[in-house]
Amino acid sequence: MTWVNAVIQGLLLGGQYALIACGLSLTFGVMRIVNLAHGDLAVCGAYLGLVLSSAFGVPVWVTLPLLLPAAFAAGVALQALLFGRALRHGVLAPVLVTFGLSVMIENLLQEAATSDPRGLNGGALALDSFRIGSQITVSWLFMTAFLTACAVLSGLQLLLSRTSWGRKVRATADDLDTARLVGIRVRPLFATVAGLAVATAALAGVFIGTIGSFDPFQGANSLIFAFEAVVIGGLGSLWGTLAGGMALGVTQVVVGQVNQAYAVLAVHLLFLAVLAVRPGGLFTGHQAPGQQLGALG
Amino acid sequence: MTALLEITGLDVCYGDFQALFGVWMSVPAGGTTALVGANGAGKTTLLRTIAGAQAAARGTVAYRGENVTAAPPHQRISRGIALVPEGRKLFGSLTVEENIQVGAAAAASDTWPLDRIYGVFPMIARRRGQRASTLSGGEQQAVAIARALAAAPTLLLLDEISLGLAPLIVESLYETLAELRQASTTLVIVEQDLRRAMATCDDLVCLLEGRVALAGPVRDLTRDQVVAAYFGEAPSFGEPA
Repeated sequence: MTWVNAVIQGLLLGGQYALIACGLSLTFGVMRIVNLAHGDLAVCGAYLGLVLSSAFGVPVWVTLPLLLPAAFAAGVALQALLFGRALRHGVLAPVLVTFGLSVMIENLLQEAATSDPRGLNGGALALDSFRIGSQITVSWLFMTAFLTACAVLSGLQLLLSRTSWGRKVRATADDLDTARLVGIRVRPLFATVAGLAVATAALAGVFIGTIGSFDPFQGANSLIFAFEAVVIGGLGSLWGTLAGGMALGVTQVVVGQVNQAYAVLAVHLLFLAVLAVRPGGLFTGHQAPGQQLGALG
Repeated sequence: MTALLEITGLDVCYGDFQALFGVWMSVPAGGTTALVGANGAGKTTLLRTIAGAQAAARGTVAYRGENVTAAPPHQRISRGIALVPEGRKLFGSLTVEENIQVGAAAAASDTWPLDRIYGVFPMIARRRGQRASTLSGGEQQAVAIARALAAAPTLLLLDEISLGLAPLIVESLYETLAELRQASTTLVIVEQDLRRAMATCDDLVCLLEGRVALAGPVRDLTRDQVVAAYFGEAPSFGEPA
């Protein structure tokens, strides 16, 4: 029964990884930007949640209607002011720009909030749990994080496959030049994608901050897990990202069951093994990475 | 007939390389203009510049009397200019229907709804739910034209639509183009087959190494004149008087 428990906890943990990874997957799939500041943007979301929930004296969930639009707006602004400009100068410029952004965010957060670890007020939800049988206890907070991840990824998936906006996004991911040629206005499209990516990162940050503690340098760690989930699942594929996150989570918890010291190492080894054996990702067909976002439709 | 599209003194460069030199062209409304020339003469560059995908270094592109030289592609499409690009350039992971719907992103009007397009291309109506990358060459070309039609163009630019297709398929595509002319769509066609170009079109423009080598109504030109211009054996034409 301990193994069943480990797998369940691993799947739930994987949902959190997928939640932070889906924005990374989206920005890479559509704009070909590997956003190295993605983890730091998630941590910014956690800090913003901390500021808002302490200011109003409410659990962090209550502040989401304010926090998520703010994060969306921040993503739009970043795309308009930074990423969009960087994209015009080849593939390396966005990597350097997002790396610089990451360093800036970490240091600004440390200046403003010191490097003390913080936690978010998750209200009653953070303390409750339910039992399956006699030996498995599932935290409501973990369950909520997992269900939120599933809802966000399915929502994004529906947006991409069913709406006219999603059609344009997939067309642009397929072929940017032709997308412009047929009259798609790429700039506002990229801005909304960046907005969604940062909003999902901030939401993930809120869960990270509620489940554990966070500090200004937490972002780099989150980025590695998110990045691994994206690569294992297949670049640009959202369902793959969810599956990739779960593969990471299950590996981490199951190996941790044997020896906690090797849990994180095992996750990174899984990543390396997938890169070596199936560089296109575990859950994709034989398409080029650029086609996979479109392939979801 | 008044000119729908008027191009004057057009220079286009790719970095240090200049592809077009003082190109001029006048496309009358409702007519069909053939754009011919050897490989590398600048035909594709000229069509892409008209569509707004390529920036002009000098010169003007005027459409319905308005200067659109600096307008981005989506603005030109909403004014009625659509391009069927060389090599079809479909969105391979989207379905046939989604490709056509994307073509309507900046449509000039709603005069070309899906059912009308399927009426013109019954062969792709049957494949509407299929991924564009799984179609045959002829079907892909039909989808590429359908995608441009979804933008409800007044001026339709077609770049090498017969490339790599079986003669029978090419024949049926040209029949479709004749239907579009009936619907008073102005066409500019890049065509390698001189005989076909001269048989189908009202006017002809021949490019040679980025310059206009010959231009005029097809009825005033002989095949020998066009061949000479094509291979650079005729004196270059200057600006029209």
